[in-house]
Amino acid sequence: MMSPLLAWALDFALVAVALAMLLCGWRLLRGPETTDRVLALDTLYINAVALVILLGIRQGSTLLFEAALIVAMLGFVSTVALARYLSRGDVIE
Amino acid sequence: MNDIPLWAEIAAAALLVIGGVFSLVGAIGLVRFPDFFMRLHAPTKATTLGVGGVLLASVVVHWSRGQFGVQELLITLFLFVTAPVSANLMAKAALHLRVPSKAPVPEDLPRG
Repeated sequence: MMSPLLAWALDFALVAVALAMLLCGWRLLRGPETTDRVLALDTLYINAVALVILLGIRQGSTLLFEAALIVAMLGFVSTVALARYLSRGDVIE
Repeated sequence: MNDIPLWAEIAAAALLVIGGVFSLVGAIGLVRFPDFFMRLHAPTKATTLGVGGVLLASVVVHWSRGQFGVQELLITLFLFVTAPVSANLMAKAALHLRVPSKAPVPEDLPRG
């Protein structure tokens, strides 16, 4: 098993990232502007990457890093597509 | 599984705490700031640094166990490159949509 110090730090980081995701979800539901929702979704993607990495540390496996990389890439591409749709009215011209 | 040296453990725990605090601070800024352009400021910097701390902790833990891999460093590099790009694109979209800003209008500069 893991040492108590590292286990405590992992628990703290997991709770902090989960709270951050809840706050981002609140802004995603509430956000007065459309761009606020896009920003909240982007932050939610980045926090999901952090959560997957924390799970990888806790399980002691390196298999989850590919999943984190894919989540990060999909988050970037979707943010770019949404921002371009908002500013140009079209994703691919 | 339990063969991490003490210095690596302390460093990983400190990086995890720093990363968690910065992620939380970014999300609090996303909720609390009054207008979009201020809200854009909080998550793009603080949350990126938070994820960077968590990824560095993962590098420390796995490398001190002898599981060498470059995936964490790739994810860190990718996130640090793409975060400013997506923030710039969102700011451009907000300017195009004329999202209201609470920043005061600057006074006219004196002539001459």
